[in-house]
Amino acid sequence: MQHLIGYIVLFPFLGFLVLFLLNRYLSKSMVSLIGVGSVGIPALLTMLVGLNYLNDPDGTVRVETWEWFQAGSLDPGITFLLDPLALIFVFIVTFVGFLIHLYSVEFMKNDDGYGRFFAYMNLFIGSMLILVLADNLVFLYLGWEGVGLCSFLLIGFWYRDPENVKAAKKAFVVTRIGDTSMVIGLFLLFAHFQTLEIQELLAAIPGKWAEGSSLATWGSILLLGGAVGKSAQLPLQVWLPDAMAGPSPVSALIHAATMVTAGVYLIARTHVLFLQAPDVMEGVAIIGALTLLIAGTSALTQTDIKKVLAYSTISQIGYMFLALGVGAWSAAVFHFMVHAFFKALLFLAAGAVILAMHHEHNMFKMGGLRKRMPVIFWTFLAGAASLAAVPLITAGFYSKDAILWLSFAGEKGNSALWLAGTAGAFITAVYTFRMIFVTFYGKQDHETAYRPGYLILIPLIVLAVFSMLAGFIEMPHNMAHVDLFSGFVQFSLPEAMPQINKPGLEWLFQGISSLMTLGGIFTAYFLYLRRPEKPRQWAHQYSRTRQFLLEGWKFDRLYRYLVIRPVTYLSEVNREDFIDRIYILMAESTRWWHTLLVKTQNGRVRWYIMGTALGVLLILAIIILI
Amino acid sequence: MTLLTLIGILMIGGFLAWLSARWNTSLTRWISLMACGINLIWTLFIWFGQHSVPAISAHGQWILEYRQPWIERFGIQFYLALDGLSLLMLMLTFFLGFISVLVSWHQIRRHAGFYYFNLLWILAGITGVFLALDLFLFYFFWEIMLIPMYFLIGIWGYEKRLYAAYKFFLFTQASGLLMFLSILSLYFIHGAQTGVYTFDLTELMETSLSSSLSLFLMAGFLIAFLVKLPAVPFHNWLPDAHTEAPTAGSVILAGLLLKTGAYGLLRFVLPLFPEAVLEFAPWGMFLGAISILYGAKLAFSQTDLKRLVAYTSVSHMGFVLLGVFALNQVAVQGVVIQMIAHGISTGALFILVGSLQERVHTREISAFGGLWTKVPVMGSIALIFAMASLGLPGMGNFIAEFLILAGTFQSSVFFSVMAAVGLIAATLYSLRIFQQVFQGSPSLRMETLSDLNLREMFILGIMVILIFWLGLYPRPALDTSQKTIHGLLQRSEISAIPGEDPPDHAEAGVGIKIQEGE
Amino acid sequence: MSLESGLILSGILFMIGLTGVMIRRNIIFMLLSVEIMLNAAGIAFIFAGSSRADPNGQIMFLFILAVAAAEVAIGLALVILIYQKFKTLDIDGISFMKG
Repeated sequence: MQHLIGYIVLFPFLGFLVLFLLNRYLSKSMVSLIGVGSVGIPALLTMLVGLNYLNDPDGTVRVETWEWFQAGSLDPGITFLLDPLALIFVFIVTFVGFLIHLYSVEFMKNDDGYGRFFAYMNLFIGSMLILVLADNLVFLYLGWEGVGLCSFLLIGFWYRDPENVKAAKKAFVVTRIGDTSMVIGLFLLFAHFQTLEIQELLAAIPGKWAEGSSLATWGSILLLGGAVGKSAQLPLQVWLPDAMAGPSPVSALIHAATMVTAGVYLIARTHVLFLQAPDVMEGVAIIGALTLLIAGTSALTQTDIKKVLAYSTISQIGYMFLALGVGAWSAAVFHFMVHAFFKALLFLAAGAVILAMHHEHNMFKMGGLRKRMPVIFWTFLAGAASLAAVPLITAGFYSKDAILWLSFAGEKGNSALWLAGTAGAFITAVYTFRMIFVTFYGKQDHETAYRPGYLILIPLIVLAVFSMLAGFIEMPHNMAHVDLFSGFVQFSLPEAMPQINKPGLEWLFQGISSLMTLGGIFTAYFLYLRRPEKPRQWAHQYSRTRQFLLEGWKFDRLYRYLVIRPVTYLSEVNREDFIDRIYILMAESTRWWHTLLVKTQNGRVRWYIMGTALGVLLILAIIILI
Repeated sequence: MTLLTLIGILMIGGFLAWLSARWNTSLTRWISLMACGINLIWTLFIWFGQHSVPAISAHGQWILEYRQPWIERFGIQFYLALDGLSLLMLMLTFFLGFISVLVSWHQIRRHAGFYYFNLLWILAGITGVFLALDLFLFYFFWEIMLIPMYFLIGIWGYEKRLYAAYKFFLFTQASGLLMFLSILSLYFIHGAQTGVYTFDLTELMETSLSSSLSLFLMAGFLIAFLVKLPAVPFHNWLPDAHTEAPTAGSVILAGLLLKTGAYGLLRFVLPLFPEAVLEFAPWGMFLGAISILYGAKLAFSQTDLKRLVAYTSVSHMGFVLLGVFALNQVAVQGVVIQMIAHGISTGALFILVGSLQERVHTREISAFGGLWTKVPVMGSIALIFAMASLGLPGMGNFIAEFLILAGTFQSSVFFSVMAAVGLIAATLYSLRIFQQVFQGSPSLRMETLSDLNLREMFILGIMVILIFWLGLYPRPALDTSQKTIHGLLQRSEISAIPGEDPPDHAEAGVGIKIQEGE
Repeated sequence: MSLESGLILSGILFMIGLTGVMIRRNIIFMLLSVEIMLNAAGIAFIFAGSSRADPNGQIMFLFILAVAAAEVAIGLALVILIYQKFKTLDIDGISFMKG
């Protein structure tokens, strides 16, 4: 059964090729069939493989296809490797991907670039599968850049608008900066281990690089650079809010559920390296904590519904980084999975709302949609509850609780990290329910022209169910001893053991975070339903702070001065290439000598004779005098 | 004999093409196409056959060899030999030659006969350069490819063609003469030492030179090759020549002429001056890294699309220089792939720019915008090659750049990191090519724009397939050149890579593959 | 006569010839002046030969005579051609052969 993983990757690429080459000859329904089918089949295959795997979770599966290239001792192959970590990612990519494809059939049906859209989406799924299934880092990098390309193409999907084009370029360039750091990391690993095969590396690293050694630190910093770029963490988070220029399904699939978590995957995948660099681990945790706060506070002020979700995504990935940093590997991956469900759901629901509101993104121009779009409202609410981590009933609660507990009680945890995480939980609840109250409550200003069909509703309902129930496969052991998830993942990732084992304390902490969530919801309720004039008044009063948060802590401005201005200057200065001036000067000096010497050749014989005579005199004088 | 025939077909084909133009220009085109096609198929046969017949010649090193005395009085031979490296280069030559003829099909109407004569003679010269093992013969072919190229730019080029042609000629001629001086010195030194006056490379390699002398002699070769490559600060002929040349001329310049510089470094500089190369290596890598960054910077600054593409060549060939002087197997194998991949990807970009210019009659980037809707196929292909040029995995350039940088990292961390920054710069200019032309708001004057015709689609389609093939399964190409590269590096007695500890090497069980070539 | 005074004579003659070449504009006079210079050189040879009792000096003079004759022959032919073509013998009027 396991050899099927090759086909899981193959189908999306086939779909892409067919759609890309034959786009103009295919009817719309054919496009839908190929586009969705080429993700649906892998989703089915994944389930088959996954069920098989659950029976026998030990041992990883390698599927070799062909040797890619070989030079010196570098010989990466096009080889897939399936282990529990990869399987979880493959499952999310294919399953959530399939639902989003299904949704897109209806969402994109009136778009000119229908075939193009599905081609890119299929290419994305294929690349993402390579990323998570690659058995060596070069092949992983192929997937890594492939998803970057798809992200670029899909952000700029409506390429006639210069703004979208700009956003696409920004995303590509910013992530590329991270990617370059990562690729240098690969060179470092290769130079010292003469291989880039992940399993070999993981086996060899602890023996060769001591804990805290500078090489391990450098290696992990360089890989972290790639992770930070792709996962939109500090300081490379600036591209993600702009990436919302793409269609909503794209935001759901790429910029929420899958691609942006590639950084989490990379760190989890190379956790052995990171464990050898405790300083970097701490750095990862701090990056996560800072990012979740910065992005969370920025989300508080956004008016564009997709921007709220974008900042929320950055913030939630911040939680995952926090978990990674404290060594809570399985908690990070668990949160990734749950986040994929509810964030995809939120984006898809938001997309349906935006479609219904004639492409209006501003929440404050919506209002009262609860009655008009009940299914959307209830599913959105389910996702929002999960995002805000409403206690006990939502999946988000369990995943976030694991992170928060381990950020305090874990081996590398401390109270500052926990505090940041808990504050983030409050902020999350506020902005999430602010979004709900503003969008779905209050009075309705606009007519909704559009009623979502089944292809939109079914994915939403499925995702809503998962957002609620997915948490029950992994529960804190003070409540119920369910560890299906971490038990499964521990074949790939070491288990994080809390240093403090006091159920009472754990109950207390769970209580605090639950209170934070409920308090946040209440705050949102109070501010946006009971006293809506208050936020408006504050916005007026503290307009500079608001602007600061609205622009995501003004990182864009910082980079404009630090990066964009110098690069622009660099591109404008020396456009003509000063080296060329040197050669032109050489040519001109030749011409100058020419004009000077040509005067002596004036065609007058008597002048020549005079010259000859003078020359003879000169020579005679020299001979006589010296 | 085969090797001589390969050159002969092109030369005779050139004459026939010239003659036939008096009666029928379509016949001219077909003759040229046939000449390139026959050679291409022939070299493909050699390629497929080389594995079954591992060593035809007595030396074992060469797949094919041809040796005839030419001017015996001075010890000059007509000595051609083919090994894996030159075989790959020849296939690239004939492939791009074939493409160039197709590209010129309707573009060239003036003096078509003389045009194809020049085209084929350039190819003949390049073929000779890739095959010659006698230094005099090498220099002879080196000059042969120069003069027709001068005509090609000077007669069929764009507005500033004469300026560009002169510049090209002066740069290459002057640097070529320096090389000739070095060749002659080597010839006399070797003659004085052994009493045998010969230009045979394999014998000249045995000449013993004092270190300062070998530095001087190497400088002659090096300057010629660096100008051709081109490396900063000798790159200035390139943007003018590439921009003003007709499309086929640009394809041949970027795809082949630049490669002769790289080939020269590998074939002549490394074996002839091993110690001097070792001494020069840090400077070589420095120039390479500078070329990458400076070329990218200038590419990003340009407002003329074709000039932009031209400067990307400077940047890409910087990788070649970097890799050659990294002096290890991984990097130099990357160099070989880079030569092929750059030939294809930049060639394709030039073809695209050429076909754009044919349709819109401008090369100003700001005049374009939003063309993707009008010309979807052209846009998609441009996207593919822009991505190739920024080194996206899956395409040949990635393999090349990855290998070069990974190899360089083992020789010099600093230069490798410096060059890796070039990848970001490459992203900037490649996106500029694609986004400025094909995305954004459509410009009004593009109303009547036709997409690629069948001929153009055929040309570019093949190139797309090749660039992906190189990116996804480059093993055949790597294997073909592997033995040669190994020999070259070993002959240069550069086995120890600084910063690498041998015991660990053996432990990991990776030493085996390196030794295979012995 | 001593060698010294002979060489002075030859020097003076040479200077006269040179001055003639430089200041005359008529080609025929310039040719005459060139002849004077040649003869000056010849005189120098003869004096040098006689002072050393060496016949080579006189032999050289014979050579110079032959050269002078050839030169005049070609020179006059050119003068005639120039006159036919340009209708002038002014050397400054025909300065077309400049770079």
